[in-house]
Amino acid sequence: MSLDLDVTLQRPGFTLAARFASAGAVTALFGRSGAGKTTLSALLTGHLRPDRGHVRLGDRVLVDTHAGIFVPPQRRRIGTVFQDGRLFPHLTVRGNLLYGSWFNRHADRRQLSEIVALLGLEALLQRYPARLSGGEKQRVAIGRALLAGPELLVLDEPLAALDAQRKAEILPYLELLRDRLKLPMVYVSHALDEVVRLADTLVLLEAGQVRAAGPIGEVMSRLDLGPGTGRTEAGAVIAARVEAIDAGHGLAMLGFPGGTLRVPADGLVPGQELRLHIRARDVAIALEAPRGLSILNALPVTIAEMAATEAGAVELRLVLGPTLLVARITRLSAETLGLRPGQAVSALIKSVAFDRGVGADLS
Amino acid sequence: MLTPVEADALTLSLRIGFWAVLCSLPVAVALAYVLARGRFRGRAVLAALVDLPLVLPPVVTGYALLLLFGRHGPIGEWLDSWFGIVVAFRWTGAAIAAAVMGLPLMVRAIRLSLEAVDPGLEQAAAGLGAPRWAVFATITLPLALPGLLAGCLLGFAKSLGEFGATITFVSNIPGETQTLPIAIYSLLQVPNSDAAVLRLALLSAAVSLVGVLAAELIAGRLKRRTAG
Repeated sequence: MSLDLDVTLQRPGFTLAARFASAGAVTALFGRSGAGKTTLSALLTGHLRPDRGHVRLGDRVLVDTHAGIFVPPQRRRIGTVFQDGRLFPHLTVRGNLLYGSWFNRHADRRQLSEIVALLGLEALLQRYPARLSGGEKQRVAIGRALLAGPELLVLDEPLAALDAQRKAEILPYLELLRDRLKLPMVYVSHALDEVVRLADTLVLLEAGQVRAAGPIGEVMSRLDLGPGTGRTEAGAVIAARVEAIDAGHGLAMLGFPGGTLRVPADGLVPGQELRLHIRARDVAIALEAPRGLSILNALPVTIAEMAATEAGAVELRLVLGPTLLVARITRLSAETLGLRPGQAVSALIKSVAFDRGVGADLS
Repeated sequence: MLTPVEADALTLSLRIGFWAVLCSLPVAVALAYVLARGRFRGRAVLAALVDLPLVLPPVVTGYALLLLFGRHGPIGEWLDSWFGIVVAFRWTGAAIAAAVMGLPLMVRAIRLSLEAVDPGLEQAAAGLGAPRWAVFATITLPLALPGLLAGCLLGFAKSLGEFGATITFVSNIPGETQTLPIAIYSLLQVPNSDAAVLRLALLSAAVSLVGVLAAELIAGRLKRRTAG
C-alpha cells in the first residue's frame, strides 16, 4: 500500500512543509526532536489539519484541502501507537485490546487470541494498565492498535520512553509484526539504530522539511545528510552568490566567504543567492595545487581537524577563511600523503549540490 | 422516634435533594464539558452566568425564579399549559430552587475533573475508530467519574442547606415546601422550642455526615480500581 503525502502547516515559530511518497513496508520518519516528526504523524492520523495539501493512503484520499476532503481520525483506519502508550486506565488490558472492535466493522474479535499470542499478553489480560511495566504497556498499545483493523500502523516514538533493556524486549515484536502481518507501518523515531533495524524506506526530516526520502540504503549512504542522520558532520553547506557568468564556457563564478567556485551556469543569473552543498565524499585532497587535472575547483585550505570515522575512512575539516569544508578520504590516502592538522593543502571539489538537490558535476 | 413534622421535613429534604441533583446533573455535565473543552466567543459570559447563583443574594435568585417560574411567569405558564406542571409553592419548585443554587458547585467540580482527563486518551480512542459521542461516553465520562460524584455530593449538600431562594420562591408550607432548614427556622419563631430545634439541627447534621461518608467510600473504591 502506498502512502503519498504533501502538506504544509504553519504555526507560530514553526513551519512544516513536507512531501514524500512511500510504497515501503516500513517507512521511517526520522529526524531530531523538533524536526516535525510528531506533527507529521498527527497530520497523517488526522489529529491535525494541514493548511494546504493532501494525504493519500492506497486509493483512499484522507485529506485534500483543494477538494475540501478531511477524513476524521476515527474513519482513517490508521492505528497509532504513542510514545506514552495512552492505555485507558479504567479498562483492563482485555478491555483496552477490544476497544477498537466496538466501533470498527473491519475489526475481528477472533483475532484477539492470535494477537495476544503474538505479543505475549496472555498473562496480562485481566490487569489494569497501572499495574503494567513500560514494555508491557507498549505491547498492549500495539495490540490495541492492531485489533482495530487498521490499514496502516503509525508508531510514534514507541520506544523513546523505554530503557535499553525494554527496547530490546519490544524490537523483536516489531520485527515480527513487519514480517508476519504484512501491515504497512510508519515508524517515527530519532534513534538511528531502531530505524536501521526496522525500516526499508527513510524520510529524513529537518526543521519541518523533508531533507531526503527514499530507500534506506540510498539515503543513508548520502554523507551530506550527516547532521540529520545523527553522525558527525559529513558535509558542508555554504551560502554563495553568483558573481559572474562566463557565457563562453557556460560557467558561473560563485563567490562565498573565503573563495570562489566555478560551476555550470545553466539557469543561474548574476546576483542570485544560493546554498551550496559540498559533500564530504566529493572533496579530494592534493598536497599542492594540481596541474594537469580536469577538476576546475582547487581551493587552498588548511586542515583544521582530522577524525577517523568508520573502517578505512578519515574525515577532514578544512578551513578556507571563515568557511568550513569537510572531506572524506581513505585512511591509506591520509597516511600516504602524511596529512596532519595545521597543514596547508589543496581541496579538489568534484561536485557541488545546489539547494534543490540539483547536482553539478565539475570534472 | 421522629415526630411527624420532623419526618415530613426529612423525607421532603431528601426527595428535593435527589430530584434537584438528578435534574441538574445532565445540565451540569453539558455546561462543564462546554466550559472545559469549548473554544468559543462568550465562554466567559457563560461561565459568569453559571456562577451567578453563587454570588447573588439567595433572596434575589428566589425572586428571579418566582418571576420566571411563577404561575404567570414565562416558563411557569409554559410548563402549566403544555405539561400541566405547576411549580409555584410546590415541592417541585423547591427542587428547582435547589438545582439552580447547586448548579455552580456541580459545574465547577465536574469541569475540574473533565479538564484533568488527558486529551491524549481521547485522541487515542478516536484513532481506534470511536465517534465523538462514544469517546465522551466511554473515556471522558468514566475518567471524570470521581469529579462527577463530588459534584453530585456538593449539589445534594447545597440542596439540603438551601434556605433563602427556596423560602422566597415556594414559601414555607409544611409537608410541601418546608425542608429541614425552613422547619428549623419556623421552630425558632416559636417560644420555648429549643429542644425541638436542637433535634432538627442534629438530624440535619446526621444526614449531611452520612452523605459525605458514602461519597468518600465510593470515591475511594473508584480510585483503587484505576490506580491498581
